[in-house]
Amino acid sequence: MNFDPTEEQRLLAASIARFVDRDYTFEARRAIVASPAGFSPTVWRTLAELGLLGLTLPVEHGGFGGGAQDAMSLMSAIGEALIVEPWLATVGTAAQLVARGGTDAQKRRLLPAVAEGTITLAFAHAEPGARHDVAHVTTCADADGGGHALTGHKCAIAHADAADLLVVSARTGAAGAGGSGVALFLVDRAAAGVRVTPRRMLDGTRAADVALDAVRVPADARLGAGDDALPLIAHVIDFATALVCAEAAGAIGAANRDTLEYLKTRRQFGVPIGSFQALQHRMVDMTIEHEQVRSMARLACAAVDGTQDAAARARIVSAAKVKVADACRRVSQESVQLHGGMGMTAELKISHTFRRLTAIAQQFGDADHHLERFAALSPLDESPE
Amino acid sequence: MDLDYSADERAFRDDIRGWLRAHLPAPLRAKVAGYDHLDRTELMTWHRILARQGWVAPAWPVEWGGTGWNVVQRYIFEEECGYAGAPPLVPFGLTMCASVLLRFGTDAQKARFLPRIYQGDDFWCQGYSEPGAGSDLAALRTTAVRHGDRYVVNGQKIWTTMAHMADWIFCLVRTDAALERKQDGISFLLIDMKSPGITVRPIELMDGGREVNEVFFDDVEVPQDQRVHDEGKGWTVAKYLLGHERMNTARIGTSLRELEQLKAFAAGQRKHGRPLVDDPRFRDKLSRLEIELMALAVTNLRFLDQLRGGKAPGAEISMLKIKGTEIQQALTELMLEAAGPEALALGPAGDGDGDAVVTGRLAARYCNMRKTTIYAGSNEIQRNIIAKLALGL
Repeated sequence: MNFDPTEEQRLLAASIARFVDRDYTFEARRAIVASPAGFSPTVWRTLAELGLLGLTLPVEHGGFGGGAQDAMSLMSAIGEALIVEPWLATVGTAAQLVARGGTDAQKRRLLPAVAEGTITLAFAHAEPGARHDVAHVTTCADADGGGHALTGHKCAIAHADAADLLVVSARTGAAGAGGSGVALFLVDRAAAGVRVTPRRMLDGTRAADVALDAVRVPADARLGAGDDALPLIAHVIDFATALVCAEAAGAIGAANRDTLEYLKTRRQFGVPIGSFQALQHRMVDMTIEHEQVRSMARLACAAVDGTQDAAARARIVSAAKVKVADACRRVSQESVQLHGGMGMTAELKISHTFRRLTAIAQQFGDADHHLERFAALSPLDESPE
Repeated sequence: MDLDYSADERAFRDDIRGWLRAHLPAPLRAKVAGYDHLDRTELMTWHRILARQGWVAPAWPVEWGGTGWNVVQRYIFEEECGYAGAPPLVPFGLTMCASVLLRFGTDAQKARFLPRIYQGDDFWCQGYSEPGAGSDLAALRTTAVRHGDRYVVNGQKIWTTMAHMADWIFCLVRTDAALERKQDGISFLLIDMKSPGITVRPIELMDGGREVNEVFFDDVEVPQDQRVHDEGKGWTVAKYLLGHERMNTARIGTSLRELEQLKAFAAGQRKHGRPLVDDPRFRDKLSRLEIELMALAVTNLRFLDQLRGGKAPGAEISMLKIKGTEIQQALTELMLEAAGPEALALGPAGDGDGDAVVTGRLAARYCNMRKTTIYAGSNEIQRNIIAKLALGL
């Protein structure tokens, strides 16, 4: 049993903390969110210099070979400081698809560039009506010469408004023979037939709807996973879900810290409102939620880094996300309530943390979705160990 | 949750598991699994089996019979006992009185009481709560007045668990009522339950079981050498004991076993002709409970890791108590719901066996387990402790 971070993880956490203190104050973030691009190229360069853009990429392609557990302190910091730069979209999700399912040529071409911060990626997977069903893909990839022509709609894709390359999921019609019939394609965002409609999200991040109209891609645009990419997609979404659980732990910690500070300083009836037991007990319950979320985030990150089978991994990730989604709702709502009217204002950070926690609760599947998946994957006649 | 144990720790756990399989008597295991009450003889049978093995008091110093295990090994042992369905070890002597004696007792007191506690010769109970002193423990009014080499004790204790089986009681009493601060003037006495002037009266609880009592002291004489620590320092002892609760306060092992029982039981119940576990409404509750337990198990291990690193336990114990007892109660509630209308009968239908016997005990069990969020510092008191210790409110 060992919960201590490794020396590398400790140093990493310290350098992230220094970066946040210096470059990502709440005021700095406010300016970034309001900027036309919605994220800061300067910050992105800094993340590259700190090695964070290669953190979870393979060593042989310019990365540090870390897993989800190595990224926990970064995700926690992203949650605490409400960092809007597309680390999760680019490094934590789209680049993972390339790293795990790309051909050698694709990896050589893209991963060092991601790690250096010269290109960003987005994973264009979700479609209208899919809710959280990972297998819901109607975008089709028709054979076209040696390559494919992609047609379909993707919605609210994180960072798709600005990413250089999109990793697009599409049906090749080659289902059966053990394959899922879903493949992944690398698509230039500026390619002919790609229409990107930017959208602003509740949590201050940017996204886009992507319409694909017979977008022609060459044969080498298809990821090495071939026509059976669904297991890879499921794996990477589990990976990203575990990461977002770690982000939630950071955001909940920040919400609790801000709320506790408010309880100690805000005075009514001549005393700090934190002296009222009705408020104290709610603050305690929020604190317990935070501890439980930290535990489940760790469990989920260890599960996606581990070697167990897909069902066991998915079951733990779903358990974590149920806990995290419930806690995000509870802590965000309570922290605004305990701040009173001030909690409603855009002036205080707590309202922005509320917005991010609201988003996390539903990102990669809400509590109901994961509760259903957890039950489906939980044997009834075996030890829960 | 294997990923959090090292290979050595897993091997240790497997050893404990194997030993329990071989040495836990099946009738005792069946009684625990069937939510049956255990009497003193049954509780002490298990106590003595562990004493013979040298495992009844792992946390004690080795010279008094401790095992020398580290906190993780002790935790594993306790959780494995719970998971296996071993009878609980009554904590009043082994954990509470012994901790106090080891910290504050004289050599003579240790030599007199500790071996008998270890062997299970003496059965102890705890004389803390009084009618006017529950959560506000320091408001206690039972008095002890010194006469020569003895104290004369008068007053009343209440909610005294197992007093009707006990040979000895440790009590907080007021030796000086004139002091301004109510925490001052309290002393810690060890009292023989056979002393003249002690009356034990049972309190009937809603589950019909006999568990707690009122204990009356009417001019009970207690030799001075049965006072632990200095006169007037009883509150120091009481606070030490509060901070000395065990790390298995969450009872993960017991709850894991009961969760498995619940799943097996619910799989045998039917709704609309299908197994109850396939009912989405029931299944959601079951899943949420299982997830809560997973989260608590990891949290418990994280706290244990901090403890091993030298951190003193504080608010963490309170968190474990709150979540652990909520889960224990939720398990009994879901069992009650799983059994349907049959659950409301007290006792099994006809000459029922197996699930019918269990079903006949669920209502009483559900009622009984409401105690867990009230005893050992109600969950509201635990929240007060966290607010003060961890949050500085």
